Amino acid sequence: MNQQANPTKLTVALHKLTSCSGCQLAFLNQGATLLELVELVEFKHFIEAGLNHPDEKVDLAFVEGSVSTPEDLKRAQQIRQNSKLVVSIGACATSGGVQALRNMADGNAWMQAVYTRPDFIATLGTSTGVAEHIKVDFELWGCPITVRQVNHFIRQLLFGAKPRPEAEKLCMACKRHQLVCVMVTQQAPCLGPVVRTGCGALCPAFGRACYGCFGPSEQPNCHSLANRFAGLGLVPREIAQRFASIHSHSNPFREESHHWQAIEVKEIE
Amino acid sequence: MAKQRKIALKVPFVTRLEGEGALELSAKGDTIDKLHLKIFEPPRLFEKFLEGKSYQDVPDLNARICGICPMAYQLTSIQAIEDLFNIQLPDHLIQLRRLMNLGEWIQSHSLHIHFLAVPDFLGFESALSMAKQHPQVLQRGMQIQETGNALMTLLGGRSVHPVGLQVGGFGRLPEPANWDAARQQVDQALPAAVALLRWTASLPLLDYSHDFIWVSLKHSEIYPINGGDITTSNGLTLNYWQYPDHFKEHQVRHSTAFYSLLDGKDYLVGPLARLNNNVAILPGPIKKLVNDIGLVFPNQNMFTSIQARAVEILLALTEAQQLLAEPCPTGDAHLPVTPQAGECCYCTEAPRGMIYHHYQLDDEGRVINCTIIPPTSQNQARIEQDLKYSVKKFGLHNSDDALKFFCERVIRNYDPCISCSTHFLDFNIVRG
Ligand code: SF4
Ligand code: SF4
Repeated sequence: MNQQANPTKLTVALHKLTSCSGCQLAFLNQGATLLELVELVEFKHFIEAGLNHPDEKVDLAFVEGSVSTPEDLKRAQQIRQNSKLVVSIGACATSGGVQALRNMADGNAWMQAVYTRPDFIATLGTSTGVAEHIKVDFELWGCPITVRQVNHFIRQLLFGAKPRPEAEKLCMACKRHQLVCVMVTQQAPCLGPVVRTGCGALCPAFGRACYGCFGPSEQPNCHSLANRFAGLGLVPREIAQRFASIHSHSNPFREESHHWQAIEVKEIE
Repeated sequence: MAKQRKIALKVPFVTRLEGEGALELSAKGDTIDKLHLKIFEPPRLFEKFLEGKSYQDVPDLNARICGICPMAYQLTSIQAIEDLFNIQLPDHLIQLRRLMNLGEWIQSHSLHIHFLAVPDFLGFESALSMAKQHPQVLQRGMQIQETGNALMTLLGGRSVHPVGLQVGGFGRLPEPANWDAARQQVDQALPAAVALLRWTASLPLLDYSHDFIWVSLKHSEIYPINGGDITTSNGLTLNYWQYPDHFKEHQVRHSTAFYSLLDGKDYLVGPLARLNNNVAILPGPIKKLVNDIGLVFPNQNMFTSIQARAVEILLALTEAQQLLAEPCPTGDAHLPVTPQAGECCYCTEAPRGMIYHHYQLDDEGRVINCTIIPPTSQNQARIEQDLKYSVKKFGLHNSDDALKFFCERVIRNYDPCISCSTHFLDFNIVRG
């Protein structure tokens, strides 16, 4: 691939904030199609693939990872300035990721429990999605996002189509795959009715409950699902934890989790 | 330097992997007075947010420690917990886990070789920019990487944060049609792996061999992934419970990752450490090929790590081929699970080296506390020691650019899980 100036090519940057690097693999795990992709777009910054030009101006910036340190925050602002379009990828970038579980706790106490010298480490009290700090033009949910999501998105842009978010419920994908409902047949506390599609309904295909790694769907009725979980015999603490997993800091899941946590506290008193 | 404090922790904690790094080197003439590999991975506090979570949720959360070796984190916790719950898996499930493990090694090593290491040898900035001139090298790498991913997907549903593993076995067994497809893919990738190994043997390597300790699991019959004793090159053989007696972590000001030391000394984990310890049990044909192409293990040249990875890729594909030659397994996908309170620990070999997990669970199987020690924190002290030795030997009179590139290459041998910094270090040199 010739990366020299080609004015017609879409220029792309991939930035990493606080994350596991798993979403970047949606690019690096593409196999042969990665070579096709680099014919269509020109990567300017993508450290894991070997390109380190963080401050170059680009058409499209993908951001992986949550804002959890002062450095993350500064970078997010720079990315906004340098990019025409900003797209957050993955649970970390869209809702703070697993590390946002600290938002529900005393993050400082946690730091002190883990580090003998927490003062050596600069970190924010919370882990949050990128859109809480800068304007984000599009979000790809999923932990991790898939190759299909990335390529579909880029190709829509290249064809001049306005990308549309996929936000229907996982249950719909289950039905399309003709999977047996794990909630009906096994009383498994599946989040499918409030989680967005995109994974291909993987967990139900493995006979297990969805744990929500693609985040909340459109119009999620979390409360009624949570009541159903109570009907299945889950205690409030367990219900709270179902929603406090990969996307604990997304609004609907956070609210539901708080609600059941509060009930738990009352019971203990 | 004056302010650098080392504090020995009583209970070791590590909370993250991956991230970014920087190197700071200050020297006067021929004397280095500071050489710091700084890892500033933001803390993600896994060990705290796992507290209170059910044993069923632990593997899914643990996967998120690292996108490149998620299964290693899942499986280390699963095996520790299975030990505590007295679960002994039937043979076919053990084999399936092994197959999936092999897949993770294949994809992770291939990613490392082709995206991180090879551009050094061919003189490119990045793998992407090699595509035009060396399509065959990259395509071969991608074929191998895809095969590893396919094995993980066969058993886990996807290769990043797979969903198939659980305490007690798997969610379901593979479908025969997918089993056959995986076998074909492995058959096709094997010649590519042989070619890759030969190619790595033909590379001109730097040699900065020096004395150091290496540590890995070791097993008398099978190349170790899960199981085997912790074995050190200075003569220790330990079980997992003895880990905390000898391995201690401490924090330093310049890095967010902990430093782990073995009885006060730095040590190596990872492919070269594993191969050094286990070369004797490589299958005959692979051993012969390794000899024929002139590779010698054990050795203490960290630049042979790329070859060690290629050997392990070939080993993994060979074993995968044997496992897949059997009919697609039938029977139970998992065993019943009855939680029990207590403590448990386990070590496995992630692609990048040994991982240690320790859990205390209550009688419902909820985490009371835990400790997770990844390979990166184990290698960090070793990387710094290697740099101190190698940079001096390389010559501090070299230009900043030459020194920077040299240091990057040294660090890349270790593939520390700061995947970003492995290719690019903010390099800071102060010359006195
Ligand atoms: S969203 Fe999940 S896969 Fe993506 S970077 Fe975050 S933890 Fe990793
Ligand atoms: S079923 Fe749910 S938890 Fe499982 S992969 Fe899909 S979105 Fe993620």
